[in-house]
Amino acid sequence: MFGLDKKDASLLLIVAVLVAFAPFLLNPFPEGSAMAQFNAGYPDLMQRFVIFGIFAIGFNILFGLTGYLSFGHAAFLGVGSYAAVWMFKLLSMNVLPAIILAVITAGIFALIIGYVSLRRSGIYFSILTLAFAQMSFALAYSVLTPITGGETGLQLALDDPRIFGSATTADGNIPVPGLFGLEMRDSMELALGGWVFTFNFGYYFCAIIMLVAFYLSIRIFRSPFGMMLRAVKSNQQRLNYTGLNPRPYTLAAFVISGMYAGLAGGLMASMDPLAGAERMFWTASGEVVLMTILGGVGTLIGPVLGAGMIKYMENIISKINSDILHGWFAFLPDGLEDLVVTMIYPFIGKGWHLTLGIVFMLVVIFLPGGLVEGGQRLARLMGRKKAEQPKSAKTEPAE
Amino acid sequence: MDAIILQILNGLDKGSAYALIALGLTLIFGTLGVVNFAHGALFMIGAFCAVTLSKLLTLSHTVIDETRTDFLGNPLKVEVPYVYDVFGQATGDAIIDWAVPLSILFAIPVMILIGVVMERGLIKHFYKRPHADQILVTFGLAIVLQEIIKYYYGANPIPTPAPAAFVGSFDFGALIGFEPGQIIYPYWRLVYFAFAAVIIAAVFAFLQFTTFGMVVRAGMADRETVGLLGINIDKRFTIMFGLAAAVAGLAGVMYTPINSPNYHMGMDFLVLSFVVVVVGGMGSLPGAVLAGFLLGILESFASMREVIAIIPGINQVIIYLVAIIILLTRPRGLMGRKGVMED
Repeated sequence: MFGLDKKDASLLLIVAVLVAFAPFLLNPFPEGSAMAQFNAGYPDLMQRFVIFGIFAIGFNILFGLTGYLSFGHAAFLGVGSYAAVWMFKLLSMNVLPAIILAVITAGIFALIIGYVSLRRSGIYFSILTLAFAQMSFALAYSVLTPITGGETGLQLALDDPRIFGSATTADGNIPVPGLFGLEMRDSMELALGGWVFTFNFGYYFCAIIMLVAFYLSIRIFRSPFGMMLRAVKSNQQRLNYTGLNPRPYTLAAFVISGMYAGLAGGLMASMDPLAGAERMFWTASGEVVLMTILGGVGTLIGPVLGAGMIKYMENIISKINSDILHGWFAFLPDGLEDLVVTMIYPFIGKGWHLTLGIVFMLVVIFLPGGLVEGGQRLARLMGRKKAEQPKSAKTEPAE
Repeated sequence: MDAIILQILNGLDKGSAYALIALGLTLIFGTLGVVNFAHGALFMIGAFCAVTLSKLLTLSHTVIDETRTDFLGNPLKVEVPYVYDVFGQATGDAIIDWAVPLSILFAIPVMILIGVVMERGLIKHFYKRPHADQILVTFGLAIVLQEIIKYYYGANPIPTPAPAAFVGSFDFGALIGFEPGQIIYPYWRLVYFAFAAVIIAAVFAFLQFTTFGMVVRAGMADRETVGLLGINIDKRFTIMFGLAAAVAGLAGVMYTPINSPNYHMGMDFLVLSFVVVVVGGMGSLPGAVLAGFLLGILESFASMREVIAIIPGINQVIIYLVAIIILLTRPRGLMGRKGVMED
């Protein structure tokens, strides 16, 4: 299917099904029940899942295949956001031109930064990209305020000179981004018994783009070009000796992954038309590194899993407060309840970064392949048990 | 001329902080070959050692003062720090006033302990792993340390004043023969610079003139041969890690009066310190110190009003710009050695 072998095609199919039914899958608990806070099926969060999924997929093309660890990838996401918002301000509220411009701008930006940074490798490369990203952040925050909006960020205004489409809606509001008349925030709610499922147009729009991005990344992974990138990772020197110049390949990978980040930035601006410099801060770059590592670097599905997990933790764990905890452990005797709650409390709510840091460290230490490797190990463990059972059954009669 | 001297002075304190952190980073990198992203967190923990000590010193209990009354006519309740009970009021006040310099004594053992625990408990297992893994695990550790501090001390900056004797500024220009009022410089920044100079000199002297330092230098040059000579080089490198942590911590302790510490101050310094290390040359101790001061002074020159008028925003990006130019023209940094991190 689509030039994929059977295994990849089924992976793509599984992802497509999961993404299509996400509004159901992420809302497993009835509305109003005690577990409803674990529901992640609201449009805002689902959009973030897929958008950061795209970002992480792109990052994985660079880091997973070539081994070049970029610590400044958020700069491309930020540039993409700015480009998209400017398109909304100047051209029209249609998301297509905005996203296309976001991808192109981020690509050009990545070409310039990559051309310079890729002259060095290893830790030097990480620090060069970090320096470029921090530089972009500092400039966006201060001098480039006319273009970027500075501290307040870039927002739509009522007097935007929109060439196609009106500056204001009939009732005097700022129009919202849409695709040929369909608004991104359009939602349809479906109530089934105690459950409420929300189907959001913006989410499905992002989801389709993510599937295309995912498909492209599979194709890159399986292509001769992807093979070349893997060669760069495993032994660049040997590649040099065979007379091949790895630079064009790594630069292409860098630009592609920058364009993925720009795409994510453009989508982010399409869902919520504003852009701020904090999206370019280096901790944002660190976040995408965390996502990719957590999920499994160099694997196809890993980055998407990692992005989903981190965004889920960010939104759900950070919402739990001590009252909810007391509610959960109410069945314990009073003293024990307080003890358990005080022990767990630092890790939830505002402390979710602590949980993230610990989980991340554990993954790097014990599971360098991330969640995907964890799943594989688990599967192998189960498989071995199954395989062993018939063996022992066979030996028994002999005794 | 006076403007130039003023900018050099302004650059010194930030440059000192950069130099101290970069020195620690380079020590760790040169000895253990580990890229430590948690070094900024160590700087931050050092600053919070000062906060902790000044909090401990001002721990107080309530005493009812019979001689005074509050506005209702009841005997006045006075908070009396425990320090008063031990040393008496005058000495107690002096101790509280000097909390930040005293924290140095408190921070050294704490930081060495943290450093040794960190190296033995975590980093030891990452020597054979790729540099990317080392970056990632120490990055994770930095997040954890930062969040622990945030949990106990909150997210707001905690003002920690310098001793009263060093509060305020003095007229540096008048001292060296300029018109009075031209070069005004705060006392504490001069103290910070002097302190940094002493620490840097001490580290270099330790490496240069002691047997221990000689072994460590030999280990940096050729770890395997030193090991073959029957010397337990790992133990010495662990101690060097503790020392590097202490250097970063002390830089943090003394920085508290300049900038009220908050939980992410380390991260802010870390990015710049890495740039400093790279500009100085990975693995070169003199390079790190030189680049620290150079970049600090360069930054303060770039924030002059006249310069900003010509190139707006240059003060924000000058360090990164310099780093990029240096890396592209002198790939090994200012004083880098051949064969360090060339892969």
